[in-house]
Amino acid sequence: MKIYHIDRESWVKGLAASAEVYQLVGPVREKDDFDFKVLDKGQMPDLTGTDTRLSPKALVFPKSEIMMTFSTDPNDPDCNIMKEAKKEYPKRAVIGIRPYDARALQILKMNYDNGDYQDPYFLNAYEAITFVGLAVNSPSSTDFSTSCGTGPFDEKGLDVLLVAAGEEGDFYAKILTDKGDAWAKAAGFSKEAGSDVSTRIEAMKKTAEEAISSKIAFDKIEKKTVLELFEADHWENTAFACINCGTCTYACPTCWCFDIQDENFGTKGVRIKNWDSCMTGLFTLHGSGHNPREHRYQRTRQRFMHKLKYFADKYGEGIMCVGCGRCVRQCPANIDIREICETMNK
Amino acid sequence: MINYTENIRKISSDLLKSGKVDVVIGYKSGTLPGVNEPFLAKTPEDADKLVWDSQCRLNLANYLTHRKDKVGIVAKGCDSRNINTHIVERRISREQVTVIGVPCTGMTDKTRLKELAGGDILTLTEAGGKITVKTAKGEKTADKNDLLQDNCIRCLHRNPVINDIPAADPVPEVNTTRNNDAIEKIEAMSADERWAFFDDLLSGCTRCYACKNACPLCYCPTCFVDESRPQWVGKGDDPVDVRTYHTLRAFHCAGRCTDCGACEAACPMNIKVRLLTGKLEKSCYERFGWEAGMTSDVRPALDTFTTHDPEEFIK
Repeated sequence: MKIYHIDRESWVKGLAASAEVYQLVGPVREKDDFDFKVLDKGQMPDLTGTDTRLSPKALVFPKSEIMMTFSTDPNDPDCNIMKEAKKEYPKRAVIGIRPYDARALQILKMNYDNGDYQDPYFLNAYEAITFVGLAVNSPSSTDFSTSCGTGPFDEKGLDVLLVAAGEEGDFYAKILTDKGDAWAKAAGFSKEAGSDVSTRIEAMKKTAEEAISSKIAFDKIEKKTVLELFEADHWENTAFACINCGTCTYACPTCWCFDIQDENFGTKGVRIKNWDSCMTGLFTLHGSGHNPREHRYQRTRQRFMHKLKYFADKYGEGIMCVGCGRCVRQCPANIDIREICETMNK
Repeated sequence: MINYTENIRKISSDLLKSGKVDVVIGYKSGTLPGVNEPFLAKTPEDADKLVWDSQCRLNLANYLTHRKDKVGIVAKGCDSRNINTHIVERRISREQVTVIGVPCTGMTDKTRLKELAGGDILTLTEAGGKITVKTAKGEKTADKNDLLQDNCIRCLHRNPVINDIPAADPVPEVNTTRNNDAIEKIEAMSADERWAFFDDLLSGCTRCYACKNACPLCYCPTCFVDESRPQWVGKGDDPVDVRTYHTLRAFHCAGRCTDCGACEAACPMNIKVRLLTGKLEKSCYERFGWEAGMTSDVRPALDTFTTHDPEEFIK
């Protein structure tokens, strides 16, 4: 496994070279925060920020995505036939994704690519991406990623791991997969780092992981039954402050629920997949008017049961949370998954 | 501020002990510095968790809706006006509510705190009108008055207007003018400029509905955005639907909005949605001399009429 040393000049040149082959995507300043965007020619990803406000999940699961098109014009030979929307999936390199965010997209993938279902829209977008992650040297106070089976240097979801090398703007680039290797070749990176680099990266990883003060445990949740957790008497209290907005679900890199809607203008229409949120009453409203999650606390409970119990039970690969802390930071009412996890884990 | 907390705890504890109320809605300390969490105290012991400082941004009247029990509620000036609105709109009865009134000197703006800190806030302390935030890089202190939310800067009613048990002596009202520079700036724009302005304003919206869910006025059993038979608004990110949502939401608040700022405090994308409601609030005052929530026995403007209402728009 190769590790390159990239100085500032080679970085700028390398990105430009790889942009000839890849569509580059990276964090850029958007109004008062950061978001992942397709970079313009010559535009550099801004790697100075912390977590982007919204997670990068929109790269594979856009907020609104046209899946199919249709016509209701009787003169159209394809009248009333749903046709798959024509979409381009250019080869992309996502630069500067956080290691735990890339892991989160792998978690999303479990839902979109399994024995029962394969979502072509998700998979086409996912497969087209080379994930060039940036290790987090200074974790935030709300980062609890190491408790969630990932971490600031986690390599699982990445093709390349970049590590800030100390000198101004220099990186080590650890190539993790063939896809990563192909990107590094396209960028023309070739200067291998010194022999002690693995030890240095390990040391930086250890320092970053040790800097994480926020921890959660879910060992008892694993052992408890679904009903025990579901019927526990704390939920109304736990959820009291929750205003049932979608802030947490939309900021979350692992929330993947969607709603499918048909919209038309005249005789032309589209079928769209939109982000949806279990926090809303409409999410579970039946055609009959009955709503199995009529009360606000039931929706809050659903979110945490799904993340911390149902998902873990279903796939046996841990919880549906990577500990990025976005929901904790952004919740207007201070609903804190760490605290709720602790309550459930008692 | 420490006094407020002690007084709120004592009053709440007494109310709960005496059985005058079944529960008290207030704030407890949050898990993050600079954030408190709305809290339902059910016992005198719970009451000891109640706190008050300049990070109580949400409007607690929002938590009164649908309650059937006897409720004590900690309320700053704007919350108290929404309690009045709730009473007028029969969301709760006057007899059910005991207002623990908090004379308010304003809430800090989350974005201004973030800018002051310049990084992850590790601790926040408040004393003598100053706020100190600590980050990994060091400490920074600023006057609380320089960190206030926009709505608090122009607040005209810092003291609760419905106040059964005051938690402290009234504070002086500091503002005398109703001028709203931000709204006047928009009024002065041409139609095209205004369109572009609002398009940009709303461009980051994810339709998480934090603004409406944080709003005590938004209690419709089914919000128009959730209506499915028929469906009024598209669910996607089409700007037409985003605009429709925000404009209709604002209009539903006309004559009822107390400018408490909970919508902006809740918005994760920092969208200044008060620029929509602010215009309506201004128009209601100019047209009808109406300020929402000042009494519990007058129906809000646009919900009633008098023979003296201006009618120059009827041609």
